[in-house]
Amino acid sequence: MSWEPTLAHYLILSAAIFSIGMVGVMVRRNAIILFMSIELMLNAVNLTFIAFSRYRIDMDGHIFAFFVMAVAAAEAAVALAIVLHVFRHKRSVNVDEMQQLQY
Amino acid sequence: MEPLYSDSFYFLGLIVLMPMLGAIINGLFGAKLPAKLVNWVACGAMALAFTFALISFQALVNQGDGQEVGHLSYTAFQWIFSGSLSAEIAFLFDPLSAVLVLVITGVGLLIHIYSTGYMAEDPSKWRYFAYLNLFVFAMLLLALGKNMLVTFIGWEGVGMASYLLIGFWYTDAEKAAAGQKAFIVNRVGDFFFLLGMFILFFTAGTWDYLELEQMATTTATAAVLLPIALPVGVLIFLGCTGKSAQIPLYVWLPDAMAGPTPVSALIHAATMVTAGVFLLSRINWIFTLDPNLMAIVAVVGSLTAFMAATIAIVQTDIKKVLAYSTVSQLGFMFMAVGVGSFTAAVFHLMTHAFFKALLFLGAGSVIHGMHHEQDMRKMGGLRKYMPWTHATFLIGTLAIAGVPFFAGFYSKDLILWSALSNVHILNVEGVLATAQMDYFTTTLAPAVAAADGGPLSVLGGALAINWFVFIMGVLTAGLTAFYMFRAYFMTFHGECRADEETRSHIHESPSSMLVALIVLAFLSVVGGYIGWPHFIAAIFPAGVKSYALGLEYWLAEVFAVSDTYRVVGRFGAHPYLAEGIAAAVSVLVAGGGIALAYLMYVKRTDLPGVIYARATRLHYILSNKYFVDEGYFAAFVRPSILIGKAMTWFDKNIIAGLLVGGAAFMTQNLGQILRNLQSGNVQRYATYISLALALVVLAIFYPGCLA
Repeated sequence: MSWEPTLAHYLILSAAIFSIGMVGVMVRRNAIILFMSIELMLNAVNLTFIAFSRYRIDMDGHIFAFFVMAVAAAEAAVALAIVLHVFRHKRSVNVDEMQQLQY
Repeated sequence: MEPLYSDSFYFLGLIVLMPMLGAIINGLFGAKLPAKLVNWVACGAMALAFTFALISFQALVNQGDGQEVGHLSYTAFQWIFSGSLSAEIAFLFDPLSAVLVLVITGVGLLIHIYSTGYMAEDPSKWRYFAYLNLFVFAMLLLALGKNMLVTFIGWEGVGMASYLLIGFWYTDAEKAAAGQKAFIVNRVGDFFFLLGMFILFFTAGTWDYLELEQMATTTATAAVLLPIALPVGVLIFLGCTGKSAQIPLYVWLPDAMAGPTPVSALIHAATMVTAGVFLLSRINWIFTLDPNLMAIVAVVGSLTAFMAATIAIVQTDIKKVLAYSTVSQLGFMFMAVGVGSFTAAVFHLMTHAFFKALLFLGAGSVIHGMHHEQDMRKMGGLRKYMPWTHATFLIGTLAIAGVPFFAGFYSKDLILWSALSNVHILNVEGVLATAQMDYFTTTLAPAVAAADGGPLSVLGGALAINWFVFIMGVLTAGLTAFYMFRAYFMTFHGECRADEETRSHIHESPSSMLVALIVLAFLSVVGGYIGWPHFIAAIFPAGVKSYALGLEYWLAEVFAVSDTYRVVGRFGAHPYLAEGIAAAVSVLVAGGGIALAYLMYVKRTDLPGVIYARATRLHYILSNKYFVDEGYFAAFVRPSILIGKAMTWFDKNIIAGLLVGGAAFMTQNLGQILRNLQSGNVQRYATYISLALALVVLAIFYPGCLA
């Protein structure tokens, strides 16, 4: 009697991961952690895509997942470059200190 | 044969244009022009206007064919044109407006000349003449209007000019307030006039006088006007009570004496205050549609005449006496209108313009000589110092008192006779004018003709209201003679009661002022000779007779509708009996009034004091003018002030405080709250997004859980 996870389990896991990422974005102050949280959310979405892909037995979800990965990679590259420069300038990666553009 | 109707008689436009140009030149450049030139511009404009008026009059006389006079008209331009509404600035010169225009321009010219002397010392003389010309311009519009709109423009214009001139010395708060009072009281009347005018316009679809007259005198179309005759008449009459100072809106005229004296003569005696009488004469065909309407006018006129005369008895300010006298004489004119003798009203309007202007100018001459002293108790014995003023003032006083062979006698006599012998205020319910005429010619006239039983049977045709108007008229005539001679004796006879200082300075006025006095005195004598009593005219030779009854023939066409009602006295065995009685009675009461004034103010100068001691209470009531002003203050002014205060409070606290202030307060505070949302903090934004998302998800999956 082997247990098979159903679609619902995947979705619950995905929602949990997404929520963790979302809360991370809202509460953490470290820019690096923020990006990690965003990656978490993107991965949660990817998990849903793949889960649905399996469930419906077609490949569309995979295509979406690949797109999301590509975009996430590009975004991470750009964002990390910005954070690196800010760090050089300010000796800190705390987002609360990145407020010059507000005024 | 149809008379010629000239409908492009451009001289009418020129009459109106001259004073307007004078007002513009003096008003815009007067301050920079030399004083002499200001005089010339103002008087020249008037002289030209008078000349053109004479030319128009001549043309009007010449175009008649001996039967009808006809009219001249001139359309200046079309002012408003919209749908069926067409408002033209057009002038009508018929026998009625001819009389008024000649009076306005003629008397106006004299008063302008007089003013050059009276106002010579005034620093802002140019302003005075600009206003005076402006007034004449508006008054001419009023008199010459071919439709009610032009009349109304003039009506408002004279009100404005009157306000400007009463408050001419505006640095004196009391005088400025008098101007405001006149303007506000008139505004009340104007509002009613406007209402009446609109009702008439919407019912008849036109405001051209000639078209309206055509409607009102044709049996078929008169049915349209009949139901609105009473409301329109009452509303327009209320407008007239404002402009012509009748009960209930007469209170402004005595205060209007705050203005320069020539202004009182021109505006508040000769021209503007008679506008109401003129307007009612202009629309006489509306009034003859409804006997009740006529009765209202007659009663109001009688009461005003009597009441103002009683107040005039105790006035001590020479101008105030003349002011109440004017109110009283205007009451006489409205009596004449009320008994359907429009001719008598216009006749009295004309003679009154002559002698009242003369009296005012005489009073001005006295005030000028006494260095602006107006209290008659400080005058007396001025005969010696001012012979010319004295002589002309005496003529004016005789004229207003109704002494035979002076102008006032003729017109007052015609009014009293009409009061006795016009029976058209018989209340025939809902009968059209033409049908009424049938009633008189078939029923009443034979009855009167058959009753050959002496004087009382002839007068038997008169009704209670006729008797009321007649008795009031006779009493007022007696009072008029008394108070005018009281004023005359107090001013010119006895010992001079002024102090030494003033007495040494009393002087006769300059010749520019005397010219006007002399010409007006002449007119105050001969002005009545175009309307002799019929029983005297009957013995004149035929050639003279048409002139002796000139005014009646001249106006016959304009008042064709209303003149058909003079029944008693035109029929029967005693055609002139009622007239003879009226004349005799009026001469008697005038003589009595003069004799009493002579007794009290020349012979037994202690008498007034004795009477005063006896009738202190009556004197108190009279000298306080029946407390009408106080009553109006309590009834209208104070409530208005209170309402105003309440409104102010409401505006300050509710409108400005709660609504306007509240809106601002709310916006500000909402902004204070909402600015916290726009922190620029990305993480906070993300929070909002997720919260919103959560709400959306909730709303989708569990509808109703948020409500």
